[in-house]
Amino acid sequence: MGLEQKLGNMGIVTTTLDTMVNWGRTRAMWPMLFGLACCAIEMMGSQASNYDLSRFGMELMRPSPRQSDLMIVAGRVSRKMAPVLRRLYDQMPAPKWVVSMGDCASCGGVFNNYAIVQGVDEIVPVDVYVAGCPPRPEALIHGIMTLHEKVKGETIRDWA
Amino acid sequence: MDPALKPAIHALKKQFSAKASEFRGQSSLLLAPEHIVEAFTLLKKEHGFEMLAGMSAVDYWPEREPRFHIIYQFLSLAKNIRLEIRVPLNGDEPELPSVHKVYGVANWYERELWDMFGIRVQDHPDLRRILMPEDWEGHPLRKDYPLDYEEVQFSFNFEEIDLRKPRPKD
Repeated sequence: MGLEQKLGNMGIVTTTLDTMVNWGRTRAMWPMLFGLACCAIEMMGSQASNYDLSRFGMELMRPSPRQSDLMIVAGRVSRKMAPVLRRLYDQMPAPKWVVSMGDCASCGGVFNNYAIVQGVDEIVPVDVYVAGCPPRPEALIHGIMTLHEKVKGETIRDWA
Repeated sequence: MDPALKPAIHALKKQFSAKASEFRGQSSLLLAPEHIVEAFTLLKKEHGFEMLAGMSAVDYWPEREPRFHIIYQFLSLAKNIRLEIRVPLNGDEPELPSVHKVYGVANWYERELWDMFGIRVQDHPDLRRILMPEDWEGHPLRKDYPLDYEEVQFSFNFEEIDLRKPRPKD
């Protein structure tokens, strides 16, 4: 943002700007449909009416990476799928965040072998790891709220 | 043994000198690889085994010679009987005639055999990897394929494994 670079650190003006920008980013973060395996069912469960994700602004999961800013990697990533995952991550416009949902995405889970990527942080930088096999919808929502806390602590000077 | 299976087993024993065996009520026949196309055409046309229900392989290395046993499982929907045929194969790069003209489903099963065991199938229209990525080296379900697992990070070796872990560049 050119305003930042021109005015520099202006104290209260930039803090308010930070707060406003982060408020906008957290209140309407659009996730990308990236349910790969069993965790996708729990992601759908948390999106549906009982544990509602729309109350966090995530009304629907965007199928297109170009229109989303959060990638929830739900499920095990095989070595064949890994380049596809990276390509979709690269197609997302900044600012973007990644939530690694479940044990298989965080660390390979129960699958410690040749075919499964041992943790999706070998491929994309992850912001929040949600543990569980699969994590309950409440756990995923807790992960998303942790991500919101992290985003509130961000300052636009890092992105600019 | 199911009495409805008797004509099929008898015919195969007589014509192709197959060896019959039984395990827990399931009949199995051992057949040489040269005869499989003829034998399966016979099974399909005359004995009513319309369906090739499954095809897989077992690697018995290093305990047994021959090393591979290809297992074909047939199902007759009309008579409700199942028959298994085992084809022993040996060597590091064994070859097997294709049965996809008799049973169309064998097309992808044979691709899986090539991918997972390295069994080259002759006269196959499209022999390429089906489960692993195309540029993968090695055949994973063989017994001499390395286990390729990641070392577990406990608290005592956390830092040293952390240094070796692959990470993305940004």
